[in-house]
Formats: sequence, C-alpha cells, structure tokens
Amino acid sequence: MLKTFAKGGVHPPENKLSASRPIESLPLPQTVSIPLSQHIGAPPAPLVQKNDQVKTGQLIARGEGFVSASIHSSVTGKVVKLEEVMDAGGYRRPAVTIQVGEDEWMPEIDTSPGLIKEFDLSGKDIIEKVKEAGIVGMGGATFPSHVKMSVPRGKKAELLIINGVECEPWLTSDHRLMLEKGEELLVGIRLIMKALQVEKALIGIENNKPDAIEHLSGLCLGEKGISVVPLKVKYPQGGEKQLIKALTAREVPSGGLPIDVATVVHNVGTAFAVYEAVQKKKPLIERVVTVTGPSVKKPCNFLVRTGTPVSHLIEAAGGLPDDTGKIVSGGPMMGKALNSLQVPVTKGTSGILILPESMSVRKPVLPCIRCSRCIFVCPMGLEPYLLMTLSEKKMTEKMEKEHVMDCIECGSCSYICPSNRPLLDYIRLGKAQVNQLIRSRKK
Amino acid sequence: MDKLLRVSYSPHIHGENSVPRLMWGVIASLVPAFVLSVLYFGLGAILVTATSVLSCVLFEYLIQRFIMKVPPTVNDGSAVVTGVLLAFCLPATIPLWLVALGALVAIGVGKMSFGGLGSNPFNPALVGRVFLFISFPVQLTSWPLPMGFKTKLVDAATGATPLGVIKEGLLNNQQVPPLMDDIPSHMQLFYGNMNGSMGEVAAMALLLGFIYMVVKKIIPPVIPLTILGTVFVFTGILWLANPESNADPLFHLLTGGVMLGAIYMATDYVTSPMTKKGMVVFGVGIGVITVLIRRFGSYPEGVQFAILIMNAFVPLINSWFKPKRFGEEVQHG
Repeated sequence: MLKTFAKGGVHPPENKLSASRPIESLPLPQTVSIPLSQHIGAPPAPLVQKNDQVKTGQLIARGEGFVSASIHSSVTGKVVKLEEVMDAGGYRRPAVTIQVGEDEWMPEIDTSPGLIKEFDLSGKDIIEKVKEAGIVGMGGATFPSHVKMSVPRGKKAELLIINGVECEPWLTSDHRLMLEKGEELLVGIRLIMKALQVEKALIGIENNKPDAIEHLSGLCLGEKGISVVPLKVKYPQGGEKQLIKALTAREVPSGGLPIDVATVVHNVGTAFAVYEAVQKKKPLIERVVTVTGPSVKKPCNFLVRTGTPVSHLIEAAGGLPDDTGKIVSGGPMMGKALNSLQVPVTKGTSGILILPESMSVRKPVLPCIRCSRCIFVCPMGLEPYLLMTLSEKKMTEKMEKEHVMDCIECGSCSYICPSNRPLLDYIRLGKAQVNQLIRSRKK
Repeated sequence: MDKLLRVSYSPHIHGENSVPRLMWGVIASLVPAFVLSVLYFGLGAILVTATSVLSCVLFEYLIQRFIMKVPPTVNDGSAVVTGVLLAFCLPATIPLWLVALGALVAIGVGKMSFGGLGSNPFNPALVGRVFLFISFPVQLTSWPLPMGFKTKLVDAATGATPLGVIKEGLLNNQQVPPLMDDIPSHMQLFYGNMNGSMGEVAAMALLLGFIYMVVKKIIPPVIPLTILGTVFVFTGILWLANPESNADPLFHLLTGGVMLGAIYMATDYVTSPMTKKGMVVFGVGIGVITVLIRRFGSYPEGVQFAILIMNAFVPLINSWFKPKRFGEEVQHG
C-alpha cells in the first residue's frame, strides 16, 4: 500500500502532456518586467533608477525586514521604466522594466555547468546566502525560504520534507527538474538539512512519476539520511499539511505550522535554487515553467528568466491556440486566471495552462442537494456546503466557529460538486470577513 | 493581443459529476427491479410506473412554471426518481387516479412546497406513499398475487403480504413457525415471488441496484448497510429470545419495504445526514424504529414511518455529528 494522506482529496485527470519534454532554455525576450513584490511579505524598495545599466544577477531591490526577499535583475540591459505592472493575481505591483541587451552575468556568479558537491559553510552562512539570493518557496506560495530555514526559538526541527509531489494536473516542471537536476537537488537538500540541523530528509513523489522516483532513489543510495518515498496519486498531496500527514502520519495542529510537528517542507524547485545560490552564487532569476494545455501545439518545459512576459512563453510553445478561453498561471486547481498576456513570470510561476473556451466557462449553478461530496473530499475535515451558506448570509462569527480559517483553498469541494456550486469562491469571501472580524477585535 | 480572456477564481476544472448524471444513475440502477416487477405483476407494473413518473414530472413542471414562476428544471431527473420510487411502493393493481393523486402530494406537498430540489426535509416519494396509505387503506393493502401478465388489473386475486400474515397470526395468538408454512421459502422471497408492492418485492434486484450505485459512487454504502445491519441484529435478538413469536432476521430483511427503503428512500441525498457518523446514527434509528413498528406496532410494516421520522431528525444530526477536522486533536499554542 502506497502512503497518502488520510482524509478527503480528489483525483482529477492528470494530463501530464509535457512530462517527457526536456527542459529547454527559453530565448530572452526584448523586455522583462520584474515585479518588486514576488513573495508573501513586505515589498522591497528599488535600488536602480531609470536609464541605469544592470547586469544579469545584479541586485535591484533589497528585502527589508525578516519576511522579505531580495530581487535581482534576470537580464543585462537598460532600465527603461519603473512603473506598476499587472501581476498574476490582477493587482498592480511596482516593477522594474528592463530592455534586454547582450547577456552579461555578474562576475562572481559561477555559470559553469559542473556539479559542486563540497561545502564548508555553517548553517548560518547558508541561510544568509539563501536570503541574499532572494529565494522564495517555488511551489507557488512564495514564502521567503530563509525564514522557513531559520527554526524559531523554542522549536526544534527533526525532519526535512522535500515536496516533489506536483499534485496539480498538467504541470511537469518539478518532475523534469527531478529527472534532470537530481544530483544538484541532493546537494541542495544537504544544504537545507545543515541549515536546519536535521539528520533526516524525505523526498515525497507521487507514483505517477516512476522515472523520477527511480532516478532519485538511485542517487540517494549513497546519501545517508535522505530517502525517496513514493506516494499514491491524490490531490492536494502537495499541500504542506497533507504531505506531512502522508509521510509521517503527524497532523499539523489547526492554526499551526509544520515546525509545530518538528518538520519543515521545501519544494524541489526551492532546493535546487538553494544549491545554485550557495554553490554557484547565483540568485533566483530563472525557473522552470511548464507551458501546456489541451490545444497547445508543443507542450513544453522552459527555463525562463523572471520578468519574461507570458506571451513570450506561449509563442515558444507554438502560439496561442485559436480556441483559447482562459490562461491560468499555475495549475488548474489552484492557479490564477490571467487577464493579460503581458503578465510577467515570477519566482512562483510553475506553469502556464491554456484552456480552450469549452473548459473555461463554468456550468450553471443548481441548488445544493446535500449529497455530502464536498465534506467527503475536504482534506481539512470542514463542511464546505455549510461554510458557503454561512458566507452568503454573512454569519461571520458562526463561520469562525466552523473553522473557515483552516481552509487551504485547494478547491476539491468546488471540483466535486455535482450542482456546480461556487463553494470555494464563497469560502474565500468568508475568510476575508473572518479576517476582518479578527483584526477588529485586536483594535 | 486583443483577445479577451476569461477570468475566474480557481479551481479551473470541474469533475464529471452533475445532478442529472447522479439522478439518471439512480434510475439506471432501478431497471432490474422494474424488469422483475413487470415479470411478477405484468401490465399493471408498467401502467403504475408510467403514470407515477409522468404525473411527477408534469406536476413539477406545472408548479414551477405557473405557481413558483421559475424556469422548470424537470430534466434534472429528480422528479423521475421520485416517480419511480413512489410507483415501486404501491400495489400493481392500484387505480391509476390514486397514483396520480399520490404523485401530486409527493411533488406538490413533499417537494415543491418547501422550495423544490434540495429544500425538502422529507422524502417526497414517501410523503406521497404515506398520504395514500392513510387516506386509502383498502386500495393500498390489496396486494395482487405475483402472476405475471396473468395478473388482472381489476378484481385480481389478492392476498396478505408475508409480514401481514405474521402480524395477523400473532394477533390471533398463533405461533410463528406454523405460520411460516403459508409463506414462500426464503429463496422465493429473495427472488421477490410474493405479494407486495410492485418494486419492493425483489430483494435480489434491489441489491443489484445497490451494488451498481456503490460501484458507480452514486451513494456511499453507509446508510443501507447500517439499516439492514440494525434490522438483522435487532430482529435476530428477538428471534433468539423467543422464536415462537418472532420471525427470523433473514425473513425480516427479505420482506416488506426494508430493502427499497434502506437502499433508495433513506439514501435520498436531500433528506439524509451529511457526515458518515451522522449517517450511521440515521441508519440505526431507522432500523430500530422499523423493527419496533413491525413487532410491537399495529401496522405490519414500518419502514416508511421510520424513514420519515428520522428525516425529521436530520438537521439535528447534522449539527451534532461533525466530521473530524484535520489537526483538531493536537492543541496548539
């Protein structure tokens, strides 16, 4: 029996069309727009001005405060604009727009392909390097990684979990990274283990990626303390809490963090970025992005510089299909629908999913028939039908009592509902109402 | 780029489920029971089912169109399910105008008066059935013999149901073992070869439908299993304690409406609890009340009342039996 999390979950069609396509470096676009806020936390102030020349890897905004991440230029060229651009969420964010010239990297960055295994840095130095490189969680939540690597006082980490689950349908960027950069990944894992002072790391990978499981298991043979655990395919296994439950049977308490059960979870993309930051002094300026969809001519995995407009990726994948209805940044279950093709790729962009018109329109909403499916699939043990009703009726306090804040917004309830009810939309509204209530209490 | 893109919140994909798909799945699972009831009761089974289904659909359409003034939603299949289930718990020789009246009460009172699909607290088919049963007891208890197409539509040879035979006998101070001689064997009961409501008799066909629905994930098996289990255990205890005045547990499972009720009536999404724990409580409640009525009440059969009584408790059950939350056991901070 393969391991998985106990409660709820769904299994949408996997559609990993691009799984066998090797990672290709995407040619540079003419301009990039690098948002200064690419993480959860405070946005940093720009260090460059209009008409400044910048090099690839140059710091252009320093993270202020602990929960913040630095931003580096992903290209060489001239700063042409310091204006707001639309991000994937539809918000306008301050950004640095750079006209791309001849690619010239900062001299201290090691761009050679060789693998560097040895390191003699202390844990503290590793965390400092990760902070300097501006690394954030690359699974999509984009929480600054150095924060997660610094164990808070009074807590202890016992286990590092590396998230290679990639439970979102369609996406294959983590899958390809595990296949092609396995050795670098393991060095990255060692570095994080040292920073956390843990002796044990588990790499969780869903069973629909047997080649990645085999490849990494082989590499782990010589590695003490690191092992691969194959998992049964079930969404949302890539959710931190679900993955910890699947691998260790521990449950992160309601309102708590993984460190409360002595674990820390990092994405495979993050572990690879840590390797590059520490061993190659390379800041986080590029990442693997899957471009895929039912009508996409050439589903691909691209190595993309941050700030590259989505339109550039779509062109490289064979152009925008005629039947396009919706473009999603991220996976189909939790990704964000884009309202413009000019939205730039950021540190958290794991994929661009192009859906045809026929899959873009929601079906008409019918009354709730109380079939209980939303309850059965909720991985957090909530009652989505009830939360939706309470949210509609603005019964905020009751919603809080029903633990609406435990919702991880995985979308399993909306996915399964036979009446096509917009459960998660109302639950999101409800969470905002409850947040407001909590803030008003603190005043 | 001048193409307008659609924008919405996640999730951006939806599963294959839909209300019509679930309802037509339930209807498909009822086909074996319908075929057997036609074999046993002939033309009457077809006429009663057709009348019931058409009346339910027609009344739902008329009420939505002219009274509620909303777009009719009869193609979601829920009125068809109500129609088939109402027909299945009626005798095959019942006058057709009574069937239509039952359908009017089922849809009009049982379902639409509360606001339609999803809002009714009681199972509509059972509301119609109980209305007819109380208002027209003679017609509702004239059970034709299972004679296939030889069954006459009027003045058919009728007889008591197996449960009726037992009840009558016990009231006349007879003992159960000799009464069993007047009743078909358990195997015959399993095939459904007995007097009774047209769709209730064939346990075999209903179990087939149950397996189909569970495999197709239309219903979770919890409610039927707890009801049947409770009836079996409760009647088993009574039988072991006193076999002279109690029928054996298998007999109780194979006769009356317990199969149809457990598999189709009690599992109605709208009128059953939302959590697995709640479903168990609901099922045990139905099982216990059914046996109490059968054994100690004045009616030979009690499933219909048991389900309606437990329907009334569903809102309470829903607020008492919550799913176990992730991370709830560990106290934080």
